[in-house]
Amino acid sequence: MQDWANWGLDTAKRRGATYADARVMDIRQRDISTKNGEVGTLVESESLGIGIRVIASGAWGFASTDRLTREGIDTCAAEAVAIAKASALAKHGDVALAPENPYVDTWQNPFLKDPFRIPVERQIDLLLAADKEMRRIKGVTLAEGSMTFRKIDQLFVSSIGSVIHQIKMQSGAGIVATSFAGSEIQKRSYPNSFGGQHALEGYELIEALDLVGNAGRTGEEAVALHSAAQCPEKTGTIILGSSQLSLQIHESIGHPIELDRVLGQEANFAGMSFLTVDKLRKLRYGSDIVNVVADARLAHGPGLGTFAYDDEGVPAQCTPIITNGLFTGYLSNRETASAIGEDRSNGTMRTESWNRLPIIRMTNVSINPGKWKYDDLIADTDDAILMDTNRSWSIDDRRYHFQFSTEIGWEIKGGKKGRMIKNPSYSGITTEFWNSCDAICSRDDWTLWGTPNCGKGQPMQTMGTGHGASPARFRNIKIGVAFAK
Amino acid sequence: MKSRVKKSISRSIRHAEVNAPSHPRLTAAELKEIAQRILNFSEADETEVEIDVSTDALTRFANNIIHQNVAEQVLHISVRAVMDGRTARATTNKTDEESLRRVAAAAEKLALHQPKIPGLLPMLGKQKIPKVSRFFAATAGCTPQDRARAVTRVCKLAEKNNQTAAGIFSSGAMQSVLANSNGLFAHHEQTRSEFSVTILEPNSSGWAKANSPDIRELDPDGLAERASRKAAGTREPRELPPGHYTAILEPSAVLDLVGFLFYDFAATAILDKRSCFNDRMGKKVFGDNVTLWDDVYHPYQLGAPYDGEGFPKQKVLLVDRGVPKNLVYSRSTAKKMKAKPTGHGFSLPNEYGEAPMNLVFGGGDKSLDDMIRSTERGILVTRLWYIREVDPYEKILTGMTRDGTFLVEDGRVTGGIRNFRFNQSLLEMLSNVEMLGPAVRAAGEESFEMVVPAMKVNNFHFSEVTKF
Repeated sequence: MQDWANWGLDTAKRRGATYADARVMDIRQRDISTKNGEVGTLVESESLGIGIRVIASGAWGFASTDRLTREGIDTCAAEAVAIAKASALAKHGDVALAPENPYVDTWQNPFLKDPFRIPVERQIDLLLAADKEMRRIKGVTLAEGSMTFRKIDQLFVSSIGSVIHQIKMQSGAGIVATSFAGSEIQKRSYPNSFGGQHALEGYELIEALDLVGNAGRTGEEAVALHSAAQCPEKTGTIILGSSQLSLQIHESIGHPIELDRVLGQEANFAGMSFLTVDKLRKLRYGSDIVNVVADARLAHGPGLGTFAYDDEGVPAQCTPIITNGLFTGYLSNRETASAIGEDRSNGTMRTESWNRLPIIRMTNVSINPGKWKYDDLIADTDDAILMDTNRSWSIDDRRYHFQFSTEIGWEIKGGKKGRMIKNPSYSGITTEFWNSCDAICSRDDWTLWGTPNCGKGQPMQTMGTGHGASPARFRNIKIGVAFAK
Repeated sequence: MKSRVKKSISRSIRHAEVNAPSHPRLTAAELKEIAQRILNFSEADETEVEIDVSTDALTRFANNIIHQNVAEQVLHISVRAVMDGRTARATTNKTDEESLRRVAAAAEKLALHQPKIPGLLPMLGKQKIPKVSRFFAATAGCTPQDRARAVTRVCKLAEKNNQTAAGIFSSGAMQSVLANSNGLFAHHEQTRSEFSVTILEPNSSGWAKANSPDIRELDPDGLAERASRKAAGTREPRELPPGHYTAILEPSAVLDLVGFLFYDFAATAILDKRSCFNDRMGKKVFGDNVTLWDDVYHPYQLGAPYDGEGFPKQKVLLVDRGVPKNLVYSRSTAKKMKAKPTGHGFSLPNEYGEAPMNLVFGGGDKSLDDMIRSTERGILVTRLWYIREVDPYEKILTGMTRDGTFLVEDGRVTGGIRNFRFNQSLLEMLSNVEMLGPAVRAAGEESFEMVVPAMKVNNFHFSEVTKF
């Protein structure tokens, strides 16, 4: 790896690059899925290549290849420089980077059980056992399960002298029960929708999820939703379960704080942000109890946004994003930090693979736990709908207006959890929503959720992000609009 | 302006044909030779090899400068083994002898570690696959300088109009071979190019996008001018109350909505009871003016003329004058449902079966101007954004309008409005189509490309309004 990366840097510099970095990534993945008692997907894949990023003539260029010969890498580095020189045809000034130190380091996330050493048949058996439990429930018309394991071995080398070797092991799994009856399709997922839970952990994560033990309840709830009461259309109080709150954080805090969006670099596709730079340290983003951090350090937990260094060689950091309700920080890289006068990147450049340019991505953007015990929060609530497990999510391209629906809800009446509610949804404006938060549960109910499917960039990149959250209560929220006629 | 762009690109193509910088680095014969080597190594009962090789480049601009500019070469070798009634797949991007042997062995080993698959069909033998021509040297030869020159002109146009441009200009080429131990060999190659631009003003924006396998059909300057006019036309947008409006949906907006229907036509989705057409096949679901095919051979379509198992794709009439008539089938789903395969199966093994990926809507003869002139009060929508399914059976979708939303009053466009959120059943929408434009190759951001018309739709539900 080191030779390949060095060849890339040497050629780039010789061709006129004033800055260069090279990233070799060796990615191994296993995907297993089951459906209605049969194996669906069963694939193992590997991908090895190099991406070379340069500044030449004051502009950026990037090229990548999986042809890892001296000639292949030289050609790739030369192409990156040629592309940078073409970029310089449309520039207003030279690219400026915030200063950063060189690092020589090796890091690997801790895990107990290598999922690639666990026999495939054991993994399939677990999914099929959960599948069987779901299909035991009368009315379940579709039972699905999936597992994904990914190992990324990567070496980053830059022209400022960094040589950083990182190995990340990632695991994830989940199950889904779907029930079609009458004119409705209802479903329940465990432990979360869209693939379940994912983290920078080994197979111990899968074992701890107890998919089989939770499969029966998952199926029962999917079927019971058909006879549940329809979510009313009104303005009122909601309590969000921690996985739903994690996605709310992702969409209405995580994306708007990306400084590339703020500065217009994503205007054509992912969109921009209402968080213009004049709002930094001035905007009241949320109520006083809302504290949010972007924390890539292992100390925050084994999230999908955990690493030791980002993909431009900046060490993992914890950045206060919202402090007692005040907006206090963006996600930045070396270029955008420099553009807004910050003295350092806060280390959020990440890439999907060797053939993609690193871009600003969420790390672990998490809400700090509050003080409430979950049972006390329910007991303290007179009239609300408790909503859990995301079903659909949508937000405008400046991240003001959102609408979410969840798989399931329950009425809270007089401090008690009551009847089940189907098709729950809520909508609002980001800052109004976060300012209406009046209770957040404690660390006892705080989970660092993994979102494995965050899309951004052109060409599109899919990235895993982490979001710690505990159940929280919000007042005066518009409820039920999604199904309004 | 349009012809000038074409000339400019043509000039660079002539130069580029010498260097062919974007052309995939391996020939079809070389890919076939790699596939044959793997077939020779394999000790499986049956073996299938798919090799994709692609070269892509993308120039990205924002704030009237190029800020990202990338290129990639990717090789993907995928091997499926069948062992004693079981099947699994392994992939690699390494072409050395040891890696090829390893990937073949990995597929065999994986296959053995699972229960037998009931009804697993033998691999196909040699097939007669129709030819399609979708590779253009002009596209494969496009250089970073070609893209940068076009982007520079677009940025200058924006600056001249006191506007800000952001977008992409991409080009690429790919080829794919699919071979198996029963004698199947299929080959496909195609090129792709795309230009997308958003033009911004302080409180408004406009957007335009096009793609084509032939880069000479793209008109970046014309697209930028269109986006610029939309941005200027939506300055100081008014806020309208949410409600039910007549909506005039440009093809991009139609595409991103109807794209949510594609998997509902998969026979497997019916078997799994997750299609909105469960209990609705053969019944009137849409208006009389809605007819839909899947047709990979349509001149505006792209893609290989065979499916993941190498079965030749058929043209399928999915909806006939508002009635869902037919589904698409993989070989195994067809056997389960006593139907004929249509050549829409995904690569095996998978749990989704098949899907129509080349949708073609029947169009009409009304122009966008006809739709506007005939509208007393309505909303003209350029594009939609962040569309998600709220209800899978009634097919209620939510999302936002974006980059050019206009009020139409008394037969003319009277100005821009703030963007709406919508919650709209697709089944109801396609029952309320008043006018259709000619079907065109549309490009959006939420769906793969299809051939769809602009539509004038009555009673479209815009449920809330945002702040810009």
